[in-house]
Amino acid sequence: MITRIVAALFAYALLAMPACAHKASDSYVTIQRDGAALSGRWDIALRDLDNALGLDVDGDGDITWGEVRTREADIAAYALPRLRVSSAGERCMLEPVSWGIDTHTDGTYAVMRLRGLCAHAGPTLALDYRLFEGLDPQHRGLLNFVENGESRSVAFSADAPQRILGGETGGRLRQVATYVNEGVWHIWTGFDHVLFLLSLLLPAVLWRHARRWESARSFRAVFVDVGKVVTAFTLAHSITLTLAALSIVVLPSRWVESGIALSVVLAALNNLMPIVRNGRWIAAFGFGLLHGFGFAGALHDLGLPAGSLALSLAGFNLGVEAGQLAIVSLFLPLAFALRSTWTYRRLVLGGGSAAIAAVATVWLVERAFDVGVFSALAAR
Amino acid sequence: MSTLRVRVLALLLTAIAAAPAAAAPFVPQRDDVVLERLPEKGDPALAQLKRMRAALAGDPRNVELAVSVARRALDAARMLGDPRFLGQAQAALAPWWTGDDVPASAWLLRATVKQTQHDFAGSLRDLDALLAADPSLAQARLTRATVLTVVGRYADARRDCAALAGRASAIVVIGCEATPASLSGQSAAAYDALLQALAYRGGDAGVREWALTLAAEIAERLGDLDAAERHFRDARALDPRDAYLKGAYADFLLDRGRARDVLTLLRDDARNDSLLLRLALAEQRLPEDRHAFAAHRDELAARFDAAHRRGDSMHRREEARFRLAIEGDAKTALALARDNWTVQREPADLRILIEAARAAGEIR
Repeated sequence: MITRIVAALFAYALLAMPACAHKASDSYVTIQRDGAALSGRWDIALRDLDNALGLDVDGDGDITWGEVRTREADIAAYALPRLRVSSAGERCMLEPVSWGIDTHTDGTYAVMRLRGLCAHAGPTLALDYRLFEGLDPQHRGLLNFVENGESRSVAFSADAPQRILGGETGGRLRQVATYVNEGVWHIWTGFDHVLFLLSLLLPAVLWRHARRWESARSFRAVFVDVGKVVTAFTLAHSITLTLAALSIVVLPSRWVESGIALSVVLAALNNLMPIVRNGRWIAAFGFGLLHGFGFAGALHDLGLPAGSLALSLAGFNLGVEAGQLAIVSLFLPLAFALRSTWTYRRLVLGGGSAAIAAVATVWLVERAFDVGVFSALAAR
Repeated sequence: MSTLRVRVLALLLTAIAAAPAAAAPFVPQRDDVVLERLPEKGDPALAQLKRMRAALAGDPRNVELAVSVARRALDAARMLGDPRFLGQAQAALAPWWTGDDVPASAWLLRATVKQTQHDFAGSLRDLDALLAADPSLAQARLTRATVLTVVGRYADARRDCAALAGRASAIVVIGCEATPASLSGQSAAAYDALLQALAYRGGDAGVREWALTLAAEIAERLGDLDAAERHFRDARALDPRDAYLKGAYADFLLDRGRARDVLTLLRDDARNDSLLLRLALAEQRLPEDRHAFAAHRDELAARFDAAHRRGDSMHRREEARFRLAIEGDAKTALALARDNWTVQREPADLRILIEAARAAGEIR
């Protein structure tokens, strides 16, 4: 019995030091995502770490556990900044939880167990891998991404250090649903788009006669008018969203965001001093083109999975339209019912438009000159 | 249960749990456990390469130093069959890796590294530009002739070899010419010229070893097996560590049914993928080595899998041989051999293509 135990332990000792193969340099990353939470492990060859950090402090050609253990903080400080994981445009925090050692076909690796958190759980995860950049152009990062019980393999290289993952697990339906959901939320929480739309819709239940607002008589006429505005806006931003998402047309986001703010200012001012009356759908179309670029910016931050670009794009667009229709269907009956009241004409149309114009002017200044007016006020 | 028996049981369980599960990371018990042996241990040349790389890190645009590092790293890669040194060579050349405003010495090494990555088109582009700027560069011309031979452009290769006359020693010019000539129906003449050049005692040990290897390969194709064996042995006497030579000699021995000699030759070369393949092919034929064979077969499968994961397609010739001869998967082997043939066209590439096609029943 004792002999067999000794034999087993001896065999184990041999396994720990195998005759290693020669292989080009790889590291092995596993990242598992569960909502905003990340977990995983990262195996990096000791030989490569020695190459970058000089693990073999005593220079005897052997790397001992002591030489690894005492450098764990250095290894983490070197490696982690070279693996950027972002969700919804914001970098996720990643930190080492525990350390170990493992063997692969070509030698011994340090194993860093990881834990992480993203501020926002977007449908996709954007990864940027640059370990050993400049030291070994033939190094690869072999990533295993796990989500919803499914896993995907990706190889990062110096030529292809970035990938967008996720959003394609759990079947097509689930994936489209994710992007529809994101689209809805984007329009509901994207106040500039909502305020622009409302500015165009506020006067729809009235009509201008002899420099005065009169109540529209038929709901049908109002419905047609609103339909024209909404359709024009939708058509326009769908076109530019698609063009921008597919990188066919790319505009600087500062111009786009400033232009959107300006569109809100003009739409609101037009309610106070009407210049454009029956052609509001034309304004909706023209400025809608600009808003589409804004949606594309948001979609870019979420990331589009390469494997199903069209489907995700269509889902996001559908979500934006659905969110917009929900706003319209809530607004229209209410506005129609209240259209003859003083409250609607003075407070909602007059006061509301003035407030919208004021807020949007601040946005315009903030975005055009890249300053934080609201945040500066909030900081006081 | 006595304390001793509990302890024994615990030990057993630890051993059982630890042994098969290589995927579970462990924490070594003591600080002095040696986890990895660096290649420079006991190798002064590699230790010096490491020091030079450290110096280069502080002075990355020093062409002279970078070229020296790249050359040494390429030598180490070839000698040990260790591709990590190719990455080091490329890294040393990073400031000159793109564009064409590159010093000739760095440009030549860039072309050489590309060739080792089987980027033959990129390598030829660099060499064409280099030779257009300075037709007198003998090493560039020899390298281009070699690449042209690998891709099967024998006439172009021979033009380059002819242009070497007067710029390199006779044995280099004849060695350059030997392979493309022998594959263009002039084996006997090429072989005789090689033997004459060798008899003339030209060239240093490295050049002579190279010429002897070429002579061995041509003699084998000519069917003069005794001469081939003699050339292989003479070449091995000049450089017993050359991995290319070991591989060529192992193939010669395998074709002669001398599996046991292959074991002796490659006993310590399991690290090198293409030599491990030959070792496994030898063990496959020796019933008493079936355990070693099974372990090496699994090891090779794991390495090809690892290469696939990183997107490498450099070892398609070796993998085709593995799939055909060891796994008996003619269909996969044929697909690999076909892909490989679009990139490189040496006799060994044609041979595996034909063998796989025959096994798959596509030709008789």
